[in-house]
Amino acid sequence: MKKEFIITIFSENHIGLLTRITIVFTRRKINIDSLTVSESALQGIYKFTIVIKETEAQTQKVVNQLEKLIDVLKAFYHTNDEMIYQEIALYKVPIEPIYESDAIEKIVRKAGARILEITKDYVVVEKTGHKEDTQALFEELNKFHVMQFIRSGRVAITRDPIERLSEFLKERDAFLNSLD
Amino acid sequence: MTTKRVTGSEALILSLLEEGVDTIFGYPGGAIMPVYDALYDYDKRVNHILTRHEQGAIHGAQGYARVTGKPGICFATSGPGATNLMTGIADAMIDSTPLVCITGQVASPLLGTDAFQESDIVGMSIPVTKWNYQITSPEEIPQAIAQAFYIANSGRPGPVLIDLTKDAQFGELDFEYKKCTKIRSYVPEKPVDPHAVKEAADLIDAAKKPMILFGHGIIIGRAEQELKDFIEKAGIPAAWTIMGLSALPTDHPLNVGMLGMHGNYGPNVLTNEADLIIAVGMRFDDRVTGKVSEYARKAKIIHIEIDPAEINKIIKTDVRILGDAKKALKMLTANVKENSHPEWMEEFHKHMKVEQEKVINKDLRPTKPGLTMGEVISLASEKTNHDAILVTDVGQHQMVAQRYFKFKHSRSNVTSGGLGTMGFCLPASMGAQLGAPDRTVIAVIGDGGFQMTIQELGTIAQNKLPVKIIVLNNHFLGMVRQWQQLFFEKRYSFTELQNPDFIMIGKGFGIEGHRVDKREDLANGVQQMLDHDGPYLLEVTIEKEDNVFPMVPTGASVSDIILEP
Repeated sequence: MKKEFIITIFSENHIGLLTRITIVFTRRKINIDSLTVSESALQGIYKFTIVIKETEAQTQKVVNQLEKLIDVLKAFYHTNDEMIYQEIALYKVPIEPIYESDAIEKIVRKAGARILEITKDYVVVEKTGHKEDTQALFEELNKFHVMQFIRSGRVAITRDPIERLSEFLKERDAFLNSLD
Repeated sequence: MTTKRVTGSEALILSLLEEGVDTIFGYPGGAIMPVYDALYDYDKRVNHILTRHEQGAIHGAQGYARVTGKPGICFATSGPGATNLMTGIADAMIDSTPLVCITGQVASPLLGTDAFQESDIVGMSIPVTKWNYQITSPEEIPQAIAQAFYIANSGRPGPVLIDLTKDAQFGELDFEYKKCTKIRSYVPEKPVDPHAVKEAADLIDAAKKPMILFGHGIIIGRAEQELKDFIEKAGIPAAWTIMGLSALPTDHPLNVGMLGMHGNYGPNVLTNEADLIIAVGMRFDDRVTGKVSEYARKAKIIHIEIDPAEINKIIKTDVRILGDAKKALKMLTANVKENSHPEWMEEFHKHMKVEQEKVINKDLRPTKPGLTMGEVISLASEKTNHDAILVTDVGQHQMVAQRYFKFKHSRSNVTSGGLGTMGFCLPASMGAQLGAPDRTVIAVIGDGGFQMTIQELGTIAQNKLPVKIIVLNNHFLGMVRQWQQLFFEKRYSFTELQNPDFIMIGKGFGIEGHRVDKREDLANGVQQMLDHDGPYLLEVTIEKEDNVFPMVPTGASVSDIILEP
């Protein structure tokens, strides 16, 4: 049965790696629902967070193929339950309805969102949460005709008490040293 | 360490020499001219083979790599030169062949501008290379080449492509070379886990009907002796995949033949009777497994494999032994009890008798007037004392050659297994001959595949490579025709060929040859080919509509293999 999996990839920062990674998915005709790339806590090591809907067996095979890439240090996959994750959304809402009533203000307060910028034409609202939350806020605000809406890819960290990557790097360094 | 001020092009050649390169297959062009200019000064130290097409160069490099175990090297220019390598790169990727391909590229300021002969070969070759890299400054050359060789030939080997911009070729650097021995993000092989070996040994000792399936990993890992020691101690029948051919002598009493779609009857049928499968250095290709859901249902599976991504990819494994086949087999041999399985072996012998009667006799001792591929192959094998290197193309002749050619030595079978690349044979045979100059190389090709890379006759003639070329001519794309006959109601859609006079073409290139149409001329024909000093082209007219059997029809279980139409 297909369900949502979060794949985390730690890699060297080399040109072209994004293509190498996405090809592993496209070759198996797997759609990437969300993708975020940034430098990890360890300098020079980049972290890809990719969300797909797939069976666990297929996800495992994809992770094996990802680890096979020369520049990839380690890849993991997790279910949503095993991770704490967030996405960020920005909404540009016209200013008139705010002059006219406090409806928008109430929606923003209730959603735990915040206002980033107010101009004479629009207000920019920011909301962090799961997709359902940011989507729900969009539905509410769109009653007032949202002018622009953008949602980020997912960022996620594990519930594990240990940082798996640093453990992994320690083991890898020890292994490489043992080869000398 | 002393350094030397050189151009990027010279640094490339020096780097290749540091890696022990003695043979390069290539084709020059605009964006790689500085490299060829540098090569001009090193022609005493490295043998460059000018092919007639870049596809010829890369298949040549593959043939060389397969018989030597060293990475094959090829050069091509940017744009069309580079894209012409792609089929060979994909072929090398799927057959785990180490290659280092060097392509010229437009100067770095022109990248992305649709410059003349610019193609994004790095982007294009990502899915079919083990690794690739574009060099834009001369200082990067030594390290990138060192990494290329390390990656290409460690762990599970594969093709690597280095794209070298023209300005990096012209620029200068202080040359200093250090071989690459490790890369943080790449562990080519893990140490073999002794617990997994013990667990496997227990299963092996307890098994009543164990069977070994071995593949290319034995040859790549140079584990031929370890395989032999293991099967002899544990007394287990062993079957080879097409890529595993020649890793064990054909006539070894425990060698039960070839797996797969056109493999032998016994190993296919008995896969589904075995209670234990020990797969070594093979990847359960669909041509080997047939219908996966009915494959080896009675067996526990032990998988010895260097590439972790192959474990559980197709067949669920009970015990995995990750790592090098040579080390793993050595440990396994030390852990298993001496054993034999005479009743189980008898099953293989019984099946072989059936195959002998229903298939082999028809192929090798035909009563029909038309010549069969089997009798030609078998004769060529016999007359070379089963000592030759066999290079094949793709199709019926390939399957027949794999079935009937016999081997005494490893690294003697060069074929396009995974990708099934027609046109592979003729250029690969040049590489095989250059890699093994003292051995007889027999290139067996169908009339279809021959015409895909026939221009390499020119390379063979120019370099006086004494390849013995046998063209098995049935005036058909035989394997496709066979499928049309069996599965498409004999609708022979675009498979019949009107062929040129191959012998005359060979003579045009300066290659001697003659055609055999009758059985009584065959033995003399083969002998004449082998006795000829230099390359020789033997064309044999084959019965037009012969089929290859046994056959596991697509989607059928291996035990539903058919012996006759």
